[in-house]
Amino acid sequence: MAFTPPLEKYAGKIREVVIGKGDKVVKLGGHNAMPGCIFDGDFPNLPKIALEVFDSAPEDWAPEAIKPYEDVVNDPVAWAKKAVDVYNAELVCLHLKSTDPNGENVGADEAAQLAKKVSDSISVPLIVLGSGNAEKDGEVAAKVCEVCAGQNLLVGLAVEDNYKKIGAAAIGYGHCVAAQSPIDVNLAKQLNILLDNLGVPLDKIVMEPSTGALGYGIEYTYSVMERIELAALSQNDDKMQLPIMNIMAVETWKTREAKLDVDAEPTFGDLSKRGILWEAMTAVDLILSGTSLLIMRHPEAVRLTKEIIEELYLGK
Amino acid sequence: MGLTGIQIYKLLPKTNCKECGEPTCLAFAMKLAAGKAELAKCPYVSDEAKEQLSEASAPPIRGITLGTGENAFKIGEEVVLYRHEKTFVNQPGYGILITDTMDDTEVEAKIKRLNEMFFERVGLTLTADFAALKNESGDPSKFESLTQKVMGLTQKALVLISENVDALSAAGKVAKDRRPLLYAATKENADQVGALAKELGVPVAAKANGLDELIELSEKLTSIGLKDIVLDPGNRKLKDLYADLHFHRRAALKDKFKPLGFPFITFPNEMTDDPMKEALYAAIFVAKYAGLIVLSDLDAHRMLPLTVQRLNIYTDPQRPMIMEQGIYEINKPDKSSPVLLTTNFALTYFIVSAEIEASRVPSWLLVMDTEGLSVLTAWSAGKFVADAIAPFVKKSGIEEKVDHRNIIIPGYVAQISGELEEELGGDWKVVLGTREASDIPAFLRTYASKG
Ligand code: B12
Ligand code: SF4
Repeated sequence: MAFTPPLEKYAGKIREVVIGKGDKVVKLGGHNAMPGCIFDGDFPNLPKIALEVFDSAPEDWAPEAIKPYEDVVNDPVAWAKKAVDVYNAELVCLHLKSTDPNGENVGADEAAQLAKKVSDSISVPLIVLGSGNAEKDGEVAAKVCEVCAGQNLLVGLAVEDNYKKIGAAAIGYGHCVAAQSPIDVNLAKQLNILLDNLGVPLDKIVMEPSTGALGYGIEYTYSVMERIELAALSQNDDKMQLPIMNIMAVETWKTREAKLDVDAEPTFGDLSKRGILWEAMTAVDLILSGTSLLIMRHPEAVRLTKEIIEELYLGK
Repeated sequence: MGLTGIQIYKLLPKTNCKECGEPTCLAFAMKLAAGKAELAKCPYVSDEAKEQLSEASAPPIRGITLGTGENAFKIGEEVVLYRHEKTFVNQPGYGILITDTMDDTEVEAKIKRLNEMFFERVGLTLTADFAALKNESGDPSKFESLTQKVMGLTQKALVLISENVDALSAAGKVAKDRRPLLYAATKENADQVGALAKELGVPVAAKANGLDELIELSEKLTSIGLKDIVLDPGNRKLKDLYADLHFHRRAALKDKFKPLGFPFITFPNEMTDDPMKEALYAAIFVAKYAGLIVLSDLDAHRMLPLTVQRLNIYTDPQRPMIMEQGIYEINKPDKSSPVLLTTNFALTYFIVSAEIEASRVPSWLLVMDTEGLSVLTAWSAGKFVADAIAPFVKKSGIEEKVDHRNIIIPGYVAQISGELEEELGGDWKVVLGTREASDIPAFLRTYASKG
């Protein structure tokens, strides 16, 4: 008697979220089974990879992470173009880090103009994130929405303290919202409900569950994501059926494992490969736990991750 | 596990003699089913019933031990699909491939890496587990002498790889006291390899072409009385193997399907020539259901992330690892040495203390009980805030150990500086440290030189 593989059929399905406009469009989500389980269901859209661009030259990056961008770190537009043309980014993620009120405190107008310039000069959709200061991020994101009206960017981070401002601007000017909650299934759901009540369509939201790197909290992120996906699929929980994104490169490249050279840590081995693998392995964990969009940094880590996605889902 | 009270009752003597301490056999059966009694309490159960009951209560995926003594490790016995349901139980073993066509220098270098590769992390030692010896030459005597040589060089567990029965037998006899895994029984040689495993009393792997054939093989090995079995469905493509690993775990746990109720062995080394890709496959198999993982080599830059991956996936998601609250001395501090403050999340403590140590600056590290939460998590949870920190600092005894009143706090909690200074009172000054621990050495050196 032949063995019948035990399949899992779920009642629910993750919404499809479309980012971008016209001929530069990326679709996220749309699946109805757990990560990589193509035997259980359909995955119309595989996990996508965005590459990072910063609005000012990074100061404390690991040398290995800077190398691929050395010639463009002072020019965000050139940086974004290189990410797309040379490193095949499927999306670009612009971090408006200089808007930090405790840092350079660049104004919302100036930041929004930069976002528009970057968006206009690349052939893929754009994600725009602030500095992590909730209040200022609300202001900046609202301005970005206005200046880039109609481009259907993915704008954030909307958190509990600023979601109204970002949500309203996103509705008004036709964009998607990146909503971050602190590593908790119920809090993720709660923020979706708040945005929904505000009038943001649920198929215009992507969830960021708070991302820890390998060795720095990935085990928590991993399980929260699995629980979110399971709630969405098996409990058919409408308010959970949104694709997940992970702002992961920032977390991986600040670890000592990605930064310390062999002289400082003789047992750690080759620094450049170690950093790349730290990023790629974090990415793989996030794929296995249900991400739809990874925000990555090193082109070699991206290449490896992309190959894993294609092998896992397409059998390449 | 598995059997209901009624099913168990049917296997009991049904005499209601009460010697087990229960009024009736049925009551005893109910307690057994609920895991609240031990079968041994009934003096009258037949041997046959005992066997049936112990089989029914066996874990759905059999636990298999490879190696002996300090180097023994166990795989299998997993009971859930997702780690948030219950902690994964036995970490998969990592092994290094060594063939009998490699020259002595290469063999020795590889064994040295196996023996010496370890990382300290959160107070634990992370290592690799076994050598996978492969009979690439096809020559039984070469395989035998490789096994002999390796046994002399390492105490770690062994997996012996050959489909040649003579070779497996020769090497198996040499290694049998080490409790090696014989790999593999195939459709062609299952009878002989099965008999060999039985004779030597060691675990055996079944290698097949796909799950159907694997199930047949597994049943065959079981039927000749073998219990310690490891499975390889033969697929070397990620997509197919990923499916097999899922079907195996689901069938074993949900359907109690015995033929697949054994740990799986995987071979990332045979799936690619790219060492980075190989490491990623291994990471996937750690998360998704492998028991043994064979790697082409154990380079530090790949094993560091891989051993951390295994630690992360297999740690208890409910309970963070913690440190004891108190004053930690680093680099032999004295009365003028700087005082730093952190939380008692083991990960946070180990990162911070490693960086302070690396700075070579003698320092006092105050570790506060935040119930094992990291700096920002503890701050958000209201456990690492001024009115909790101040009493801890005062009672810690640090005021007797130093003659200054400066305390360096993590950069991420800059917002508590003012309030903390107020709560501490007296001459206490709060100094804002760096955000990332990796910047601590530079910070401490400048800080110390300023005096
Ligand atoms: C894993 C995690 C959890 C785990 C807990 C893990 C643990 N044991 O702490 C869980 C899931 C339980 C959790 C829960 C919560 N979390 Co949480 N969590 C994280 C996550 C993903 C990683 C944290 C981590 O492990 N970091 C690694 C450790 C090593 O970092 P660390 O302790 O800060 O140490 C570093 C530095 O601070 C520095 N350092 C440390 N000590 C010292 C000392 C000195 C002197 C110096 C100079 C430097 C220094 O060195 C270290 C390395 O650089 C972060 C997001 C992120 N990516 O950081 C969110 C995060 C910390 N969590 C957050 C929140 C809000 C919460 C909750 C309050 C949510 C809720 N309402 O339920 C709860 C509270 C828990 C409770 N019991 O009530 C927020 C905090 C927001 C903020 N900015 O204040 C974060 C930032 C997520 C977010 N983006 O919103 N969380
Ligand atoms: S000791 Fe055994 S036979 Fe006697 S009552 Fe208990 S279960 Fe029944």
